[in-house]
Amino acid sequence: MEAMNSTTASAQTQLLEVSLGPQHPSTHGVFRMNATLDGETIVKLKPVLGYLHRNHEQIGESITYIASFPFTDRLDYFCAMSNNLGLALAIEKLGGIPVSERGEYLRVIMAELTRLVNHTAITGFLLNDMGAFGTPLLYAFREREKILDLFEAASGSRMMCNYIRPGGVRQDVPPGWLEQVRQLVDGYPTFLDEFEQLLTENEIVKQRTQHVGVLPKELATNASVTGPLLRACGVNYDVRKVDGYSIYPRFAFKVPLGTIGDVYDRYYLRILEMRESVKILQQALKEINTASPSISPKGQAMVKAPRTFRPPKGEAYGRIEAPKGELGFFLVSDGTPQPYRYHIRSPSFVNLTVLEDMCLGQKVADAIIILGSIDIVLGEVDR
Amino acid sequence: MTSLDQLFVNAKHLLLSVFPSSLRPLASILVMIGAIAAVAPAIMMYLTWIERKVIARMQNRFGPTRVGVYGLAQPLADGLKMLIKEDIVPRGADPLIHLLAPVLSLAPAILLFAVLPFGRNMIAADVNVGLLYFFAISSVGSYAIFMGGWASRSKFSILGAMRSVAQIISYEVPGVLSAVTVIMIAGTLKMSGIVEAQIQNGWFVFTPWGFIACLIFFLSGVAEVNRTPFDMPEAESELVGGFHTEYSGMKFALWYMAEFLESFAICAFTVTFFLGGWHGPAIPFWILALLLAVIMGTATLLSMPVRGLGALAMIGAGVLWGLQPIPSWVWFFAKTYLLIFVLVWFRGTFPRLRIDQLMGLAWKFFLPMALLNILAAGCWWFLGQSVAGWIVSFLILAVGWWLLIQANKPAPLQRRTYVFAE
Repeated sequence: MEAMNSTTASAQTQLLEVSLGPQHPSTHGVFRMNATLDGETIVKLKPVLGYLHRNHEQIGESITYIASFPFTDRLDYFCAMSNNLGLALAIEKLGGIPVSERGEYLRVIMAELTRLVNHTAITGFLLNDMGAFGTPLLYAFREREKILDLFEAASGSRMMCNYIRPGGVRQDVPPGWLEQVRQLVDGYPTFLDEFEQLLTENEIVKQRTQHVGVLPKELATNASVTGPLLRACGVNYDVRKVDGYSIYPRFAFKVPLGTIGDVYDRYYLRILEMRESVKILQQALKEINTASPSISPKGQAMVKAPRTFRPPKGEAYGRIEAPKGELGFFLVSDGTPQPYRYHIRSPSFVNLTVLEDMCLGQKVADAIIILGSIDIVLGEVDR
Repeated sequence: MTSLDQLFVNAKHLLLSVFPSSLRPLASILVMIGAIAAVAPAIMMYLTWIERKVIARMQNRFGPTRVGVYGLAQPLADGLKMLIKEDIVPRGADPLIHLLAPVLSLAPAILLFAVLPFGRNMIAADVNVGLLYFFAISSVGSYAIFMGGWASRSKFSILGAMRSVAQIISYEVPGVLSAVTVIMIAGTLKMSGIVEAQIQNGWFVFTPWGFIACLIFFLSGVAEVNRTPFDMPEAESELVGGFHTEYSGMKFALWYMAEFLESFAICAFTVTFFLGGWHGPAIPFWILALLLAVIMGTATLLSMPVRGLGALAMIGAGVLWGLQPIPSWVWFFAKTYLLIFVLVWFRGTFPRLRIDQLMGLAWKFFLPMALLNILAAGCWWFLGQSVAGWIVSFLILAVGWWLLIQANKPAPLQRRTYVFAE
């Protein structure tokens, strides 16, 4: 690799500046990489953001707490449920709202299904970036579609779920829904096996991904990278374990850790995380029926949060292990129905800061898959 | 009763008989040019249909279904769309070269068909340097690609064109060297001679050297026509469209046409050089006719009269020519489309290699392997095609293959183990 980076000493060479994006098939949205190339090798790469800025935080400061939920769906539009959960945790901390037992279980089920959706889709996208003509992506989307159908049955919308509320969830799941989830979850390892059979030992996949885009442990922790990107470097940090929020401490699951921190590790780690998610889901589905139905009198998980919810003065930071990393919502209340300050720590944005360090010295084609392996959604990067 | 095998040849002679004998040579040339000019676009259009259908099936989709039965009119609709689309030339581009490049790319792709033996006696120009002609013409395409990339005045186009030229030139070397074995054994550069040699000696692919040469030739060909997993020049995920990023409308369609025709040509020449060309086992035609009749009769999407008539026509053909062997041109197209299926299969399954890995494959693996293969073919020939010849050439290739793989093994590729934290 090193030998290829140096240009021929005597030849007069020129660097080529290429603007990859914002309209580019592989930047996962309107993202732009200003790359300076020496032949095919990247010598400089500057991410340019902000094409999808929608003033989410400012809007959140002018509307009520509950009204922000639909907006969070549009942050990381793959993981609407997790985003809801993050905001709900922050509001519950701020207002001291207890959560119904059944609501907790439903939240965990939704959050883990979201993780399956996200990791499945991103693995497909990563292969697409590598040039596989859509086949892994469409296999991934077939499974994703099944989960989205379940989301639709529960919340009324495939992607913009707007389902989780402070204190629980918006409405209980329809009858028979849990059985459908159980069937899907039990079948998921088979799909993962099929997926892996095609990809994990694939010679081209290995050649393209192993030792590409290596992220050193120290850099990752210094840049406060989180999520699979961080764990691929071998750092044991999973908010589900560190914070133990919601009812995660009740479930037995492990945190897979990578060794080298290259694209291959990130790919495989997501597969392993999906297998762990399946374990959590199986436990949650077993226990949910034994849990006391709810604190609300109707015996439902539904919680009606008042429109004029006025939390006491103070601040709260609710964070979850979203599929892409640590998703945090920071709320400052001044006692009015609107938050005084509403800030989101989005994993996509923070993880993107190490993009240049990973790409330097790699080829253009590698930069694309490195970007793909970070797993960004521009809705979350630009907010 | 006419021979089914020579149907098209006899038809041509019948057509020529209306001309005075002084004009016949000229008319013969024109008829053949006309036939190729008519067949080539049809082949290209239905290659797109085949590719879309096959890939769709691999991806749990249906592919085109809306335009015509089984989406069969989709290529026509696509062609019409391409024709009426606006033709955009980027500001600052060189309009003349921008226009010439796709034309120059298509021309050699069609020229290749001139020396293609579609069947017994069905070759437009059986020149005595057919194989050289093939290599000479097929490499013209790289000029067109570079012209297109350069004239577009776009960085993506230039990067794509640079990659493409490097790739095509690299892969031509092992491609030519693997075909050298065919010249050695067949003793001729003539296309018909190469096929005749295979009829006498057995298809070349069934010998150790022929198998390796076939692999190298086919894969180099895939790389030359920029198909997955070697579709670097137009790597969609990196370079948007590569050299044809700035092309639209009919010019874009011409690029595509050239690419598809070249892939067809690569498959066809692989068939000619290694898979026995138009030669096939002598199976009576009625078996094929019956099979086609069943397929026609059970095609549920067709309307009933069409199905019935189609099946009846097939049975009629079976009765008429039933005892003759399956015609040579059917064998040729069957084998070629089998290889095209392999190409589409590649596209549906493989991720793309990186540019340096791609070059490494050509220079570090294919090239030495092709050279070794010449040695193996020579041994095979001089040991009189005996068992000893087979064993020696097989050993040379097996040891060479193993050594090259050991020497080229990228060190870090490994199976990984992952730890789980509680």
